[in-house]
Amino acid sequence: MPHDLLNVQNLETRFKTPEGTVHAVNGVSFKLNEGETLGVVGESGCGKSVTMLSLLKLIPQPPGEIVAGKALFKGDDLIAMSPEEMRHVRGGQIAMVFQDPMTSLNPVMTIGKQMEEPLKLHLGFTPAQARTRSIELLEQVGIPRAGERLKDYPHQYSGGMRQRVMIAMALACAPQILIADEPTTALDVTIQAQIVDLVIRLREELGMAIVWITHDLGVVASIAQRVAVMYGGFIIEEAPVKELFRNPRHPYTIGLIGSLPQIEQEGRKRLFSIDGMPPMLYQKPRSCPFSPRCHWVKERCRVENPLLEDIGNEHRVACWVDTSTGSERA
Amino acid sequence: MTEQTSIPSGDNRELKESVSDRKISWLERVLGPENYRIIKGLFKTPASIVGFILILTFILVAVFAPLIAPPVGKDPYKIPRDGFGGEPKAPGSPWKRNVPEIPFWYKTLTGKDEWVHLLGTAQGQYDIFYGIIWGTRTAFKTGLFVVVVTVAIGVIIGSVAAYYGGWIDNFLMRVVDIFMTLPYIMMALILSAVLTPLWGRSLMPPLIAMITFGWMGYARIIRSDILSIKNRDFVMAAKVSGVKNSRTLFKHIMPNAIFPTLVLASLGIGDVVLSFAALSFLGIGTEVGYADWGQVLSFSRNWITSLDKYWYIVVYPGIVLTLFVMGWNLVGDAMRDVLDPRMRGKS
Repeated sequence: MPHDLLNVQNLETRFKTPEGTVHAVNGVSFKLNEGETLGVVGESGCGKSVTMLSLLKLIPQPPGEIVAGKALFKGDDLIAMSPEEMRHVRGGQIAMVFQDPMTSLNPVMTIGKQMEEPLKLHLGFTPAQARTRSIELLEQVGIPRAGERLKDYPHQYSGGMRQRVMIAMALACAPQILIADEPTTALDVTIQAQIVDLVIRLREELGMAIVWITHDLGVVASIAQRVAVMYGGFIIEEAPVKELFRNPRHPYTIGLIGSLPQIEQEGRKRLFSIDGMPPMLYQKPRSCPFSPRCHWVKERCRVENPLLEDIGNEHRVACWVDTSTGSERA
Repeated sequence: MTEQTSIPSGDNRELKESVSDRKISWLERVLGPENYRIIKGLFKTPASIVGFILILTFILVAVFAPLIAPPVGKDPYKIPRDGFGGEPKAPGSPWKRNVPEIPFWYKTLTGKDEWVHLLGTAQGQYDIFYGIIWGTRTAFKTGLFVVVVTVAIGVIIGSVAAYYGGWIDNFLMRVVDIFMTLPYIMMALILSAVLTPLWGRSLMPPLIAMITFGWMGYARIIRSDILSIKNRDFVMAAKVSGVKNSRTLFKHIMPNAIFPTLVLASLGIGDVVLSFAALSFLGIGTEVGYADWGQVLSFSRNWITSLDKYWYIVVYPGIVLTLFVMGWNLVGDAMRDVLDPRMRGKS
């Protein structure tokens, strides 16, 4: 029985802006087991990245503020940690890969120097050890002639190679959790596939848990075991990946999956799209945040916000409507 | 559903070959690729070559000043005088009193056995040639000293403001604004005029005055560059991998932010020497007769209405000053092109 590696409870993050307070994350709870891969999907601005940055306390404060919640990492609350303790968790035990590999590497440092930095910092390696380990890591992520390429600067690498380097750096100290924030979004499709394959292979070799943030359902299908769908700063549906694709229950998830193009589809049919825009979140939503765009919307949706509810098969959904029947849930 | 949307998997071992597969010259093998790139970049355009030749010439003149113009008396910076007569003498007129030792190059180059005033004399019979040769040393001293100190002050204030932000930033930048409203030459003139009676006539009063009113530009530019680098992804990535704040600032932010400041600094050397000459011309700073280009220029003040006759007092130091400033400007441009990491790989 795997026990919880990460247990996030009721996390809330806000940003104070000149236009008002933005309620970016409004009470998110999820668990991550050892060695498990959780996919987090949702459109831009729904709170995916902010949730993960809050865990690592990387939200710029001010304007950001974590107002409530806990994030228990092996029993210790990350939110309550001092900056010094946090520094050891970051990189050492929880690592992160960002969306854009073109800007995530320091342009004036060689790849080697940047890779050696966390090794010296967290594992106390000597420069020679750090160099040897960096070469191993680069080879592990499939960079040829790694020894020579350590001396290169980031601009001498292609986008896909840089993302490999970022992954190698993230994995350098054998973290227990890898948070990947849309790591394939900035890459073209063939390179995306290579990166996904690489992460799957490394997961098998190293056994770390992964949180994979994306808005690409295709990628989620190929890598995740469990998926959480976010909308308006809430998790609105969570299920094992097969269950979610076979049996989506939240109207938003149904819309997302329905909006994917299908190769086998005959004739020329317009792609399905969800009308409207995601909410602006200047107030903490009291009603269901999706209700203005929802086809199933009922009176109750506009006055009360549904909570995540277990509907069996490890499937949780936050909706007042049972979308399989179209009637209101009891 | 999943089959249709999953991404085709490819062989991930086949990667493009390195972009650095090219022929390597012997010079590059000796210097290493990075140094070679810098050297090559610095000597690529005619403008930069001219700039380096100019600066190099001035450096040689400064270093070999005792050989080019052998010092007379104890203080080599004191321009030797041929008497005390008021009227300037034209270039080539014979040297009568206080004749310096004849340097080795003199006979072969001029074919004469006696010293003449090569570039003429100024009011009070100060030799212009000596003023220019030894003034080169003064120019380097003042230029480098003022620029190094002002850059240091500017970088400290600018990076503190950018890194801490909030009211500290606000306060420091308002101080910068106040200093910027003050007219530079005017304030430098007033401050050095106040300092001169306290410390006596020397290089220090104008230098301190120029430092006091000259650091704001560096503070502003380093602040804005740090602010723009601070929020880049790679700084976030460094934080994610648990790098300390101080290390993030010095290893990740500074090297990316410092180049515009350094370029500005190399351009600044010319400006400083120019302002120093202006202060000297106005009679502030070193004692009369100290070898300094501004001082030589200031000797022309009384003869300014008859420059058709006494042109040499203005023209020779003027040419030297112009070439010096131009040299630093050209070098500054070349340095920007080569050292700025954003320009890398574009040549």
